[in-house]
Amino acid sequence: MAQGHGQQGILKYVWSTDHKIIAMQYLFTGMFMGLVGGLMAYVFRMQLAFPGISVPGYGVVSPGEYNALITSHGSIMIFWVAMPVLIAAFGNFLIPLMIGADDMVFPRINRLSYQVFLLSAILILASQFVGGGAFGGAWTSYPPLSANPEYNLTPLGATIWLLAVALEFVAFLLGGINFIVTLMNARAPGMKAYDIPMVVWMIVIASILFMLSVGPLIAGAVMLLFDQTLGTGFYDPARGGDPILWQHLFWFFGHPEVYVVLLPAIGMVIDIVATFARKKLFGYKIMLYTAVATGVLSFFVWAHHQFIAGIDPRMANIFTVTTLLISVPIAELMFVIIATLYGGSISLKTPMLWALAFVAEFLIGGVTGIFLGASGADVYLHDTYFVLAHFHYTFFPIAIIGTFAAFTYWFPKMFGRMMNDTLGKIHFWGTVIPFNFIFIPLFVLGLAGHQRRIYNFNNFPELEPWRWLDVVATTALIVMLLFQILFFYNLFHSMRKGPKAEKNPWKSNTLEWTTESPPPHGNWPADQMPRVYRGPYEYAHADRSEDYWPQNLPN
Amino acid sequence: MVERLILQASSYAQSIDGLIMLVAALAGFWFFLAEGVFFWLIWKFRAKPGVGSQYITGEEKHLKRWITIPHALVLVCDVFIIVGAVQVWYNVKQHLPEADATVRVIGQQWAWIFQHPGLDNQLDTADDIWTTDDLYVANGRTYHFQLQSRDVLHDFSVPVFRLKQDAVPGRTITGWFQPTRSGTFDIQCAEICGIGHGVMAGRIHVQDESEHAAWIAQHSSVSAQ
Repeated sequence: MAQGHGQQGILKYVWSTDHKIIAMQYLFTGMFMGLVGGLMAYVFRMQLAFPGISVPGYGVVSPGEYNALITSHGSIMIFWVAMPVLIAAFGNFLIPLMIGADDMVFPRINRLSYQVFLLSAILILASQFVGGGAFGGAWTSYPPLSANPEYNLTPLGATIWLLAVALEFVAFLLGGINFIVTLMNARAPGMKAYDIPMVVWMIVIASILFMLSVGPLIAGAVMLLFDQTLGTGFYDPARGGDPILWQHLFWFFGHPEVYVVLLPAIGMVIDIVATFARKKLFGYKIMLYTAVATGVLSFFVWAHHQFIAGIDPRMANIFTVTTLLISVPIAELMFVIIATLYGGSISLKTPMLWALAFVAEFLIGGVTGIFLGASGADVYLHDTYFVLAHFHYTFFPIAIIGTFAAFTYWFPKMFGRMMNDTLGKIHFWGTVIPFNFIFIPLFVLGLAGHQRRIYNFNNFPELEPWRWLDVVATTALIVMLLFQILFFYNLFHSMRKGPKAEKNPWKSNTLEWTTESPPPHGNWPADQMPRVYRGPYEYAHADRSEDYWPQNLPN
Repeated sequence: MVERLILQASSYAQSIDGLIMLVAALAGFWFFLAEGVFFWLIWKFRAKPGVGSQYITGEEKHLKRWITIPHALVLVCDVFIIVGAVQVWYNVKQHLPEADATVRVIGQQWAWIFQHPGLDNQLDTADDIWTTDDLYVANGRTYHFQLQSRDVLHDFSVPVFRLKQDAVPGRTITGWFQPTRSGTFDIQCAEICGIGHGVMAGRIHVQDESEHAAWIAQHSSVSAQ
């Protein structure tokens, strides 16, 4: 397959079919987009804390620009950061290496996937500069606002936004097919279902969820595109259409999407926790089946986003039940990770700090979701800053904390060098502490009645007493953004000058640690492809003197 | 606790805040328990020289209990929350009590239009009172509102009432509220509706019965002429 396809020069980086290069393309594109999304947050948070200020480095934020910034921030962070980094970058890098394959099953589809993704990223960035400005109808893009340029005043921005999102879906469908087929067909000899590392399972389950949920939204997006450009009336009530139809299609995708990004992060956290606690995962099968159950349930909760949207009020009762039920498997996933710590020998290296922070912070996101799933409470909390703080307490642990955990853990394998652990820890605390200072105040603001997506709260005198919390949140955001400089310094410095990494610096069991750091094209020499003899989490096994037992060792 | 952040001014505000507190108590219990156990384990099983880790699969029955028992207890808590949530929801959104008066609320880019009944207490008659951005109601009376939109989605939100409802073009959505406190309060648009979304603020003036009667008498006659 991939053997003998080694490319030279610049082509190696831009036209490669090697899964590791494609992973790096996704990773660095995602990181760049993350910086863009983060800086957008800086601009609109400044406007919220100090309305009307000329934001340093940007200028005065107009209401149209404000709406465009929050819309782009949300869209970019979900579609161009969380998905490419968690699923595409780590899925591409880890799946072949962890199942002992020389590459993906469809390397050219893989290359196409990234190229389509890159095009979508260029489109969403370009939409910031078109006449009328970028789309400002929120990342949920509800019609009629999104469907009619007379309402949104961004004729080009709205359509480009939609095309960019649709292309991104195409990229992930191509990538997802590849992940699923690769796991099914390219496993090393001896690797049975329960020998597959959890992160691989999770990325593949996430890909399946994505493929099952995105279809209706693509249909919806085509109808929205026709409404925008051809003047059809799928969402226009004056012509027999229904705006709420879009909401159903969007959230039928949108809620499983939460688990599409959550599951890979949980998988990474599990692998890291097992390694640094020197512990077998507590209840491998419980974990796996719970993740599947979560995925199935996630298809039956979507309308909890629409309790007050004008749906039949009786429907809310059903979705309250399903939504609260999903707290059971999610709690269980957390319990399993926590139980894995019992009896361990825990060392707090940088990747482990991130992995543990994921659990500690995600729990806040989890329990605050229950307030919103309870229909009676959502009547008040819907679309307040409470919602915003809640999903940032889920997405930030997933997309940022989870990514840093995975990145610092697999960095030696990716680049063949070690990162600086002290700088890593400073960066960790400099990110996690400000994160809480951003979003805990926003929970309070939400309970006090602050609505989302309001450009300037001065029109709402009732909210005045708590406005100082906006200043706290914005200050914390700036501190957090500044600490990222440290990360990029550590990254680029260690990439070139860090101490050389051995094959298996963390003394871990999974197959990616049995090849060189970084792995050569084809991952292993052709005559040394690994065989698998046991599961991925055999730490401290009684039959072995060392406290880890790599999957590829016969005994 | 919510009422310390923002007043309660409708008959159902207290029950919604009560539900929020019920969830806070139940979810808070699990949250602090999980975080407590979590940090305790990290401390207790920190790496110590010469002490290895234990081999525990978690597959045996007596070990699975550590997951299945909390699992069942979480489910029990969920049932309590579901019952509370459905009860509150039913009273606020599903059940429509008899109204003393009906007002029409119309959202448009970017203003609220309010249609009050005049002296005859009937909508769509000649003496209706039309206002923009200011809604006048009497304290203690039960109101139905008929919510409409002229263009895009809006959301009629009165935080002190704990009331929120989307306005959808092409539909009339009927809901209710009963003010319990006199004063002037914020009305927000809570669904993004374009560049003027942030300025789409209104005020609801909850008046005493006599004050409100006088207001109607004064404006109704003006409208009827």
